[in-house]
Amino acid sequence: MTVLQQRPETPLPPLPPLPPLPPLPPLPPPLLRLTGIELRKLVDTRSGRWLVISIGILMVAVAVVQLIALKDPQQTYQAFFSMALLIVGLFLPVLGILSVTSEWSQRTALTTFALVPARHRVMTAKLAAGALTAGLSVVASLGLAALACLAASALGGAGTWNLTAAAVANAVVFQLVNMLMGVAFGMLLLNSPLAIVVFFVVPTLWSVLIGLASAARTIARWLDLGQVLEPLLMDSAPTQAEWAHLGAATLVWLVLPLILGAVRVMRAQVQ
Amino acid sequence: MIKHLTKRYGRHQAVDDVSFRCEAGTVTGFLGPNGAGKSTTLRVICGLTRPTCGTATVLGVPYRRLGNPGRRVGSMLDASALHSGRTGRETLALSAALLGVPADQVDTMLGRVGLDRQAARRRVGRYSLGMRQRLSIAGALLGDPTVLVLDEPANGLDPEGIYWMRQLLRDFADRGGTVLLSSHLLHEVEAIADRLVVINAGRIMAQGRRQELLAASGTLVRAVDPTGLRASLTAAGLAVAPVAPASPFAAGDGALLVSADPETIGQIAVSARMVLLELRPADHGGLERLYLNLTAPSDQAPRESELVP
Repeated sequence: MTVLQQRPETPLPPLPPLPPLPPLPPLPPPLLRLTGIELRKLVDTRSGRWLVISIGILMVAVAVVQLIALKDPQQTYQAFFSMALLIVGLFLPVLGILSVTSEWSQRTALTTFALVPARHRVMTAKLAAGALTAGLSVVASLGLAALACLAASALGGAGTWNLTAAAVANAVVFQLVNMLMGVAFGMLLLNSPLAIVVFFVVPTLWSVLIGLASAARTIARWLDLGQVLEPLLMDSAPTQAEWAHLGAATLVWLVLPLILGAVRVMRAQVQ
Repeated sequence: MIKHLTKRYGRHQAVDDVSFRCEAGTVTGFLGPNGAGKSTTLRVICGLTRPTCGTATVLGVPYRRLGNPGRRVGSMLDASALHSGRTGRETLALSAALLGVPADQVDTMLGRVGLDRQAARRRVGRYSLGMRQRLSIAGALLGDPTVLVLDEPANGLDPEGIYWMRQLLRDFADRGGTVLLSSHLLHEVEAIADRLVVINAGRIMAQGRRQELLAASGTLVRAVDPTGLRASLTAAGLAVAPVAPASPFAAGDGALLVSADPETIGQIAVSARMVLLELRPADHGGLERLYLNLTAPSDQAPRESELVP
């Protein structure tokens, strides 16, 4: 039989006090907050605010012109909506370009990148803010078209409510492409006037030059921004061929400048 | 803090093997003429420029790994890098959002740097350089950092503003903070810095505590017969430089600056039977001469306008 022998209690040496834990490093701002900040930056400057206000005024003005000029049966919801999209779509790239280039012309990139050294996060936030803006612009266009449609029926126009889900989906894609192309060109060129001029001139120049060489026209059609974006203003989903054209054009006019621009911003010296 | 830092832009060597350290509770003055490499060094510290070689760490880690760096390091690298279309208040509110600081801190900070409500509502484009400087300082302090990195903080401030800035930075350091500030003006740095780092053409020319540099700056001596004294001192193998009468620290004509302690000079004067009118450590004047000598343009280092990317 074994007897468990109780060993005499040896007092444990007292533990040394734990050193105070070092304070946790402050976390970088989450992407959602960065996106919110980028959205805010779009409208918190005098020029940004006025650009957005001008777009609104122009949209209303064009709707009024439509109410006067269009024949009564043509005053449909889809007609007002498409026109609103077209107007906004013209200015969204400018907003996208300025969201990047103003940081360089006003040299605020110095503060932005000092506070967020991971530049890719700032760029991601700018793209996200751009995407949200594109979505918001579609909502605004829907609202304005509704008001115009109500006015049309009151004034004796057709005022037909013929909105399809495809039309809304098309609109979102249309404005996303417009806005993000702007951001990409801004990153690529980092200079407001240059980016705006290049953005509007180069794709147009492409269409004109290719139009001259009739043999190349079938290929060129794939990259002609004006033509590939047109189906997105209709109320039915684009065909497979149209999607293919759109994809190819997006690759060249959006993805390519975006990649090159991102590389440039990552490496650029901040003035 | 900075170890063997080198930055090249093409063939131009902006910063060449620079090493120094800033201690908590002190103000370090980073002194050098325009284009000496000060701004480049500060940009490297703040993670805006990648060094060609060498490392820069803040609080023991590279700046980029500080998480939310504005909470640890307040920086002001260029007071004019503010969006002119934004109000002063909005500028700070954006920074507060990035830093994750409560929004009411913005008004507190605006008050601390002396920008009243009316000024805060104005667009930055209508600010004077001094006001931009104050707004930038507010931005640097907003995250309640323990380190401040400031590029030419006194630029554009009036005398009252400069005094205010000195008080603010002294107070920050006395509470245990670390301050690194650059300047191209000696008297500006001398009035506040505990330590000096003198840089020229990308190289560190001198560094140390202000008192040490002052002590090393030589002795001022003036005799009834300056020519005779000069001859005796030169004969004893000491380096002698005349001091222009116009210099603010020359008490009279014929003062000489000698790199030796007062006792040695006194002995030589006695053996040469010279009557001395003045014999004292050169202090500020010596430091000024030292600075001018250290930063004098040389052949291999042409002075250029600030070559910042």
